[in-house]
Amino acid sequence: MNLRELWSYRDLLWILVERNIKVIYKQTALGMAWVALQPLIAATILAVIAGRVAKLPSDGVPHLLFIFCGLTIWNYFSQTAQRSSTSLVNNSQLVSKVYFPRMLIPLSHTFSTLVDFAVTLVMVFIFMAIYHVPPTFHLLAIPGFLFLTAITSTGVALWFSALSVKYRDCNYALPLLLQVWMWASAIIYPTSMIDSPRWRLLSALNPVVGFVEGFRWCVIGRSALNSTMFWITVAMSIFTLLTGAFFFRRVERRFADII
Amino acid sequence: MSDLALSVANLSKSFNIDHQRNGAGSYRTLHDDLMSLPSRLIGRLGQNRRPTSETFWALKNISFDVRQGEVVGIIGANGAGKSTLLKILNRITEPTNGGADIYGRVGALLEVGTGFHPELTGRENVFLNGAILGMTRAEIKRKFDEIVAFAEIEKFLDTPVKRYSSGMYVRLAFAVAAHLEPEILLIDEVLAVGDTQFQKKSLQKMEEVAANDGRTVIFVSHSMPTVARLCPRVIWLRGGEIAADGPSDEVIQKYSNVVFVDQDRISWPDGFSNAGVHELKFTSVGLLDKSGRPTTHFDYSEPLNFELSYIVHDSLSFCRIGFLVHALDGTPVFEVYDVDEDVKDGRREPGSYIVRCEVPGDLLKPGRYSLSLNAGMPGVKNLVRLDGALQFSVEDAALPGAAMNLPRLGVIRPKTKWFRKTL
Repeated sequence: MNLRELWSYRDLLWILVERNIKVIYKQTALGMAWVALQPLIAATILAVIAGRVAKLPSDGVPHLLFIFCGLTIWNYFSQTAQRSSTSLVNNSQLVSKVYFPRMLIPLSHTFSTLVDFAVTLVMVFIFMAIYHVPPTFHLLAIPGFLFLTAITSTGVALWFSALSVKYRDCNYALPLLLQVWMWASAIIYPTSMIDSPRWRLLSALNPVVGFVEGFRWCVIGRSALNSTMFWITVAMSIFTLLTGAFFFRRVERRFADII
Repeated sequence: MSDLALSVANLSKSFNIDHQRNGAGSYRTLHDDLMSLPSRLIGRLGQNRRPTSETFWALKNISFDVRQGEVVGIIGANGAGKSTLLKILNRITEPTNGGADIYGRVGALLEVGTGFHPELTGRENVFLNGAILGMTRAEIKRKFDEIVAFAEIEKFLDTPVKRYSSGMYVRLAFAVAAHLEPEILLIDEVLAVGDTQFQKKSLQKMEEVAANDGRTVIFVSHSMPTVARLCPRVIWLRGGEIAADGPSDEVIQKYSNVVFVDQDRISWPDGFSNAGVHELKFTSVGLLDKSGRPTTHFDYSEPLNFELSYIVHDSLSFCRIGFLVHALDGTPVFEVYDVDEDVKDGRREPGSYIVRCEVPGDLLKPGRYSLSLNAGMPGVKNLVRLDGALQFSVEDAALPGAAMNLPRLGVIRPKTKWFRKTL
């Protein structure tokens, strides 16, 4: 892993991040408002389904807040994975004509999606005020869980962006995978719903469960997340990032020839 | 050995030309790989598997050293491997065998405008493109005014580049690239772009950069006078191999004895083919107008003639010979072969031949095109491949609808018939 080279290209990384942010909502009338609207509408629909139709528990807070917390983390995770998975192919002109560490392209989305995250995070605070949820010191742990989410989604992104250079199938497979993944990630239901402790541990093998529960622990103050689950989550995050980076390094030498 | 800038040893690069899926965008899907897995496994066991792809060696066993501060010219016909060599030195693509050791920061003037984003303004794109080419933000800031002045786009700095004319776009792109200051500089002369005046200016700038302050420069060019002036040493590539390497006057002398390049014709007295091919060689290719006169400018309404001479040394069957035409931005326009009409079974007996292909007028959109040559036995063997052998232009005299002649969409501009009745 050539970290020193990555570091020497940090200016380019930053400029790519800037480009991603500037470009994504260009020539739209609502602009950045979309960042707020998307999760708001999605959370409302899911809250109605979970609260009124399915009557799922929500760890004792209003469904809208409960689900919005889950979506805040989930959207960051899935948007990073999705945007960066197509990034190499979308920038094929760059890859086949100029040299720079290829990892910068998917990596730039890990950073630029933080803007969307920041906007939704502000909305979480607004919801807390509306529903009179008192802030606690738990809030200080948000950056930690965000960091874990970021490295995991980067790992997924590295896998899929590298694979899609050779197999365009990934462009179709990843959205499907993410849909299934979302329903498996305790977003509209709490992990506390799962009675058997053994199944709870097993569900932590999906690291997103840990991020979502962890984030809700920060905001709401309680969660089914225990320390064993937490360490499984950490291990899975590191595993995803390392395998992704390793795979990417292995195949990137041939990108220019096959893209 | 400490004063070396580049050390290239036994460098080879091969490409697989896949015959099952022809044409552009022929990437594989997971399904293809899974479905062909059994046959690949069986094929590996059995002896008589049919080759579905052939290997084409773009570079074969290239070795040379370049000392720091040396200015080296690289010459050779199109398709000789010059661009591939630059791409490897620039680490865009990996060699198949061998390697290149590079001592210093490499910068390349190979492609113009890669990484420009249409939605971003000229100013933003200067930073984006500069960073992609390897400049730091501070470096770009320092040279920003110089870049903008060179490109002559001061007034449009804050306009998105999608609103630029193609001339402005190219000028800005070249200006950014030309202000790189690496230790080792790779320059491809095809980079000289834009209108004639700007072309002159960019060539001048390149020469200035190449001649400057003891920097190591690898300069690929077709212009022998320029190479002779700039480069004390020249390497001549032929069919992916080094044909000569030495003082520029000697190498250029040898090169001129073997290849005659004119605007409208290339001739190879000794024949031209891919490395290792002896069955079939091209000896000449030229562009002719409707009355048989050499030209590179065709009127829109006139037919175009491509003329190709070749020698068959061993009889061949199932062999096609033909032309590919690309627009200058790389868009393929069409591909034609003599087996379409002339030698339908593709049988070739030993002898010398000259073939002329007439492309009808009233068809190609006015603009610049490049002509590539291809001969091979599809699915078996590639014999001769020469990309971008010649360039020609279609002029818009006598273009229908000239009175309302706004630019039109599309790759071609066929002359169409219209029928109207008053009801």
